[in-house]
Amino acid sequence: MAEPATATQAAAPAVPQLKDELDIVIPTIRNLDFLEMWRPFFQPYHLIIVQDGDPSKTIKVPDGFDYELYNRNDINRILGPKASCISFKDSACRCFGYMVSKKKYIFTIDDDCFHDAALWNVYCDFIYFHLTKVAKDPSGKAINALEQHIKNLLSPSTPFFFNTLYDPFRDGADFVRGYPFSLREGVPTAVSHGLWLNIPDYDAPTQLVKPLERNTRFVDAVLTIPKGTLFPMCGMNLAFDRELIGPAMYFGLMGDGQPIGRYDDMWAGWCTKVICDHLGLGVKTGLPYIYHSKASNPFVNLRKEYKGIFWQEEIIPFFQQTVLPKDCTTVQKCYIELAKQVKEKLSKVDPYFDKLAEAMVTWIEAWDELNPTGSSVINGKAK
Amino acid sequence: MRTSPSLLSLTIDSAVLNLSNIADLSPLPDHIVIDLFLRTLRAGKLTEKVLKLFIDTGKDEVFSLIQALNIQVTLTPVLPTTIKDDEVDIVIGALRSDLTTFMNEWRPMFSRFHLIIVKDPDLKEELKIPEGFNLDVYGKPDMDQVVGSSTSILFSGYSCRYFGYLVSRKKYIISVDDDCLPAQDPKGFLVDAVAQHISNLTNPATPFFFNTLYDPYAEGADFVRGYPFSLRGGVKCALSCGLWLNLADHDAPTQALKARQRNSRYVDAVMTVPARSLVPISGINIAFEREAVGPALVPALKLAGEGKCRWETMEDIWSGLCVKVVCDHLGLGVKTGLPYIWRTDRGDPIASLKKEWEGVKLMEEVIPFFQSVRLPREATTVEECIVEVANSVKERLGSMDPVFARAAKAMLDWVKLWQSVGSSSSRSSAV
Repeated sequence: MAEPATATQAAAPAVPQLKDELDIVIPTIRNLDFLEMWRPFFQPYHLIIVQDGDPSKTIKVPDGFDYELYNRNDINRILGPKASCISFKDSACRCFGYMVSKKKYIFTIDDDCFHDAALWNVYCDFIYFHLTKVAKDPSGKAINALEQHIKNLLSPSTPFFFNTLYDPFRDGADFVRGYPFSLREGVPTAVSHGLWLNIPDYDAPTQLVKPLERNTRFVDAVLTIPKGTLFPMCGMNLAFDRELIGPAMYFGLMGDGQPIGRYDDMWAGWCTKVICDHLGLGVKTGLPYIYHSKASNPFVNLRKEYKGIFWQEEIIPFFQQTVLPKDCTTVQKCYIELAKQVKEKLSKVDPYFDKLAEAMVTWIEAWDELNPTGSSVINGKAK
Repeated sequence: MRTSPSLLSLTIDSAVLNLSNIADLSPLPDHIVIDLFLRTLRAGKLTEKVLKLFIDTGKDEVFSLIQALNIQVTLTPVLPTTIKDDEVDIVIGALRSDLTTFMNEWRPMFSRFHLIIVKDPDLKEELKIPEGFNLDVYGKPDMDQVVGSSTSILFSGYSCRYFGYLVSRKKYIISVDDDCLPAQDPKGFLVDAVAQHISNLTNPATPFFFNTLYDPYAEGADFVRGYPFSLRGGVKCALSCGLWLNLADHDAPTQALKARQRNSRYVDAVMTVPARSLVPISGINIAFEREAVGPALVPALKLAGEGKCRWETMEDIWSGLCVKVVCDHLGLGVKTGLPYIWRTDRGDPIASLKKEWEGVKLMEEVIPFFQSVRLPREATTVEECIVEVANSVKERLGSMDPVFARAAKAMLDWVKLWQSVGSSSSRSSAV
């Protein structure tokens, strides 16, 4: 029986999976020191760094990484007038990285998210428990976040019927009694949504009321979010199949000059889920966990998101009731249709949504320009 | 031949069962207090409150016993609940006659509550149940008396427990299979499945929007960013579906294929199954609010080759689909996840597969049917909803297989039974 892995022993996989098919997109405004912690896991992959804020500042990338870096000047140069759809002074600018990538998969992470000794201990406790009960996975190696995301994306989702043992494709699990065999093949997974230990992703009011709460509960599960169910997608630890769903991952108009912030990933998540439901694609949530180290200032957060707190009361019912017509068989078509409906139904909430709807269209135009051969066109089965 | 117990002995036994009603033990003679103390220990009924009762007598022998046995007041609190013990019934369907190990292993969790044990009418042997529980046992004669011998056919095999649901008068019911034992969590502590189910039922459910940190009411968790505030009050949780370590609830083909697979993954989460999302609710480890959804748990789908192993049945899956559809319509919640119980190895899946495999095929029709059921606005009570579903079953599935026609009839019979025998009709909460 293997020893539980320690922080120093936890090694990257011998052959990194999808090395040439996956890009890691990181938005940053300060520095990239956190990459040192991730080096064993990220070094084999290509990085796309989107530098937000002042383009004259130089962001130092630690040696040994294969990367391309884009600052605001680059974004303006590449997109021209269409650059207006990319946010400034907000991590929402990361979606520019999705657009310029040429790979099939994207993994995105915030620059204050780590692996950490404490996290390894949590992983190790649970792996040790499993090893003492059932002898399997003799390496005892803690799975790194990227590897788990890849596992999630490469195995099917099951959105049409809930499996009470969660992901049936994981080792040691399966479909439960009563699960129809015709649904056991599953559908392709478009999104893998990971979670966070330590600082939880709370909104500002909750942060203010519970400043000391830390997420210490490690839930050893991956599950498919059922069709027809919306969820709050956090962009801190996210991976997706760019070919299946890329154009839907627009992170909206946030930050400088905008009335709202901290809703970029939420917006992308709601659009993405509606489109995935329509096209018969799956969205998973759960493992992997990353260690979120930095608590943002709740007062700053409140100022950024307070409008969102009111608006989401209208936005959620909008997305819950949205119906996409059958002839929307590609992600782009679905997205343009969504933009139309946003303009129709949400402008009355605030003129911001007018601007957003236009930006959504600009985004798709820019996406198609940079990805001309229809690499994101799929033979979608519109439901 | 055993000598019959003395009057004193019977009195002390009765006192053990009624400890919660006793305020002061000091008037009792010493030797009776000691005897009562020892029997309380044996019955597993020593709680902090009861211990205090004995300590307050001031009797030296009680103190010496406490010291000798090293009884310590535990500092880790039991899961706080707002449920009174007398609001809960634990209903056990007995498909095996010897319940000694089962009851003794569950004693620490069960002994506070009233139990209803329902004997499978097909079981010939006498039930063996250890002492020290507050319980009622029902068998075929009781079923015949209450519902008539033609209707009591509803309650054979695993469905016998539904008779318990019918005659119970408590607000909450917890039900586990008689081949399951308490499980251990990753830290090695025994899981109090009863307390966890009660916690699930008394905290709201959140079916309208998925919380990525799972149960927002759990200690150390909350709603995440992006969760609408108007939905944070949640709705009543009507049913709690627990999970199983060791032998998971797979169907026969799956278990036959993966003969050695055992579930060792302890997933530390409770979550609400989203509205309009169907789920296979296993009857092995469930709890529900009888007053809210009692009539929706229907003993209706009886497979032609139904047997005494779980993978030879689909009655609970059918029942669970009815409950979910009704809950979605009435705005109630269904939770899944913790608690885990330990399911002992039993049965031969290949033998079961040879006997009965139709059930697996039936699901192909059943799931699309339930996915498309639409209940009318006018159906505002659970009974009305079940009648609607039953009529729909008869109309759309009846001709496909006689098992469905029989299920529809059983559902209608069940609603009538519930209205005549069950307590007053469930509270409705129309959307």
